[in-house]
Amino acid sequence: MTALVLLDHEEGRIRQAALSAVTAATKLGDVHVLVAGADAVAQEAAKIAGVSKVLHAVDARYAHELAEPLAALIVSLAGGYDHIVAAAGAVGKNVLPRAAALLDVQPIPDVISIVEADTFVRPIYAGNALATVKSSDSKKVLTVRSSAFDAAAAEGGSASVEVVAPVESPEVSKFESVHLSESERPELESARVVVSGGRGLQSEEKFHILDPLADTLGAAIGASRAAVDSGFVPNDYQVGQTGKIVAPDLYLAFGISGAIQHLAGMKDSRVIVAVNKDPEAPIFQVADYGIVGDLFEIVPQLTEELK
Amino acid sequence: MKIVVPVKRVVDYNIKPRVKADGSGVETAGVKMSMNPFDEIAVEEAIRLKEKGVATEVVVVSIGVQQAQDTLRTAMAMGADRAILVLSEESPEPLAVAKVLKAIVAKEEPGLVILGKQAIDDDMNATGQMLAGLLGWGQGTFAGKVEVADGSVRVSREIDGGTEDVSLTLPAIITADLRLNEPRYASLPNIMKARKKPLETLNAADLGVDMTPRLTIVSVAEPPQRQAGVKVGSVGELVEKLRNEAKVI
Repeated sequence: MTALVLLDHEEGRIRQAALSAVTAATKLGDVHVLVAGADAVAQEAAKIAGVSKVLHAVDARYAHELAEPLAALIVSLAGGYDHIVAAAGAVGKNVLPRAAALLDVQPIPDVISIVEADTFVRPIYAGNALATVKSSDSKKVLTVRSSAFDAAAAEGGSASVEVVAPVESPEVSKFESVHLSESERPELESARVVVSGGRGLQSEEKFHILDPLADTLGAAIGASRAAVDSGFVPNDYQVGQTGKIVAPDLYLAFGISGAIQHLAGMKDSRVIVAVNKDPEAPIFQVADYGIVGDLFEIVPQLTEELK
Repeated sequence: MKIVVPVKRVVDYNIKPRVKADGSGVETAGVKMSMNPFDEIAVEEAIRLKEKGVATEVVVVSIGVQQAQDTLRTAMAMGADRAILVLSEESPEPLAVAKVLKAIVAKEEPGLVILGKQAIDDDMNATGQMLAGLLGWGQGTFAGKVEVADGSVRVSREIDGGTEDVSLTLPAIITADLRLNEPRYASLPNIMKARKKPLETLNAADLGVDMTPRLTIVSVAEPPQRQAGVKVGSVGELVEKLRNEAKVI
């Protein structure tokens, strides 16, 4: 059996989350990947361990990974594959259900475990329950949570690269512009350490107290929905049910009370540290280590201790 | 321009879901049900477009059991003009829902279909994309901002590292993200008025759609629970534990 993985990329680099999708696909059989983008991205894809073939779509219509042309392309390639897989990020969630509809398949989103080639575990009700589902479709279309699968090694493979011809699709969408949050830090979903702030940070200005700590730890910065809604940080920082799902080795929560919807996004982290001035905050019920106190004193101390 | 907004009846946002003892699913009997919160945002956006004079009529559609008409009445109390209830067994899958909606779209000929990006029960995040695929329309998913002008719609989409703007030829599909707007509360007079608004009932079978699920639920289980750890007295103690006990730094 062979699986086709849609490898999404950002600013000319393959997203870390896509490497986790490759790992998931290796559990299903031989792995081919589809890259819609520049030559450099296809060359990078060919080096991923466990990938035997790279399908490279070079046409300009695929440059921004728009769902309409990309879904049509996937459908045209789907014949030879038993599984079509992508990371459960913005690209995979946008493109794969559309392709599934065109293939008359019910997609299986957010897979966290592969039981059999047709049976998968996925969270429902914001992770309050785990459903094991078995698909009767002849092809399976799935997105996988990057937090549940280790990233495939970016080096070590030597796949062949095959250019695939563009296919016709309705010309109904046009890319206009992209606005990415500028950051030198690792991607939130795949970072080993995440430093996260909540309403307790008080303001956009004060939120920056987390920067030196994140720099010291090489961590990504996240936030609770309360912090995002208060305008301290942009939307894409949000960890939780409606934001990003993370499972780093170390998650440090500062001034986050621990609403259910936030816990849904981080409770699978290996080690959780919580700092909150309220000893009754629900975050302490999931934290391995807690400190009750003023984060504005604790964060600089911690940064200093770790340097 | 007409706007169609599909809405789903789900376990209320504030209720903690309970897995059934036999592992067959999540308990819904006797549990408070409400409109899926993302669908409320979709309804609100459609009503705002009507208030701006961009849309002429807002039609809400629900696919499910008889009680889904409560959800449709709520949408009409917010300001939708009329409703269609497509009766079907509880909880059809997104593929079947998309097929039903395709049939509704053929009948209603809307310029926009606005959906919530996902339902908070099955968390599928698929129906809008699937409907767009079946119709061959453009899709503006995870919308944070929507502007309609001259036969097209510009959508600011929430993506992994920030936002992306796309423009779509009308008719088109939009799926609402959390920050598209803040839905209004229905006032009592509007709730009364909504009772008199038209609600048409159809059967999924009459639309020629096969609702048979493609996914079988093998089991539903509680996720492993995390145990509360320890409170430490100082930063020094925390660093010592992270280094020597948890070994994460």
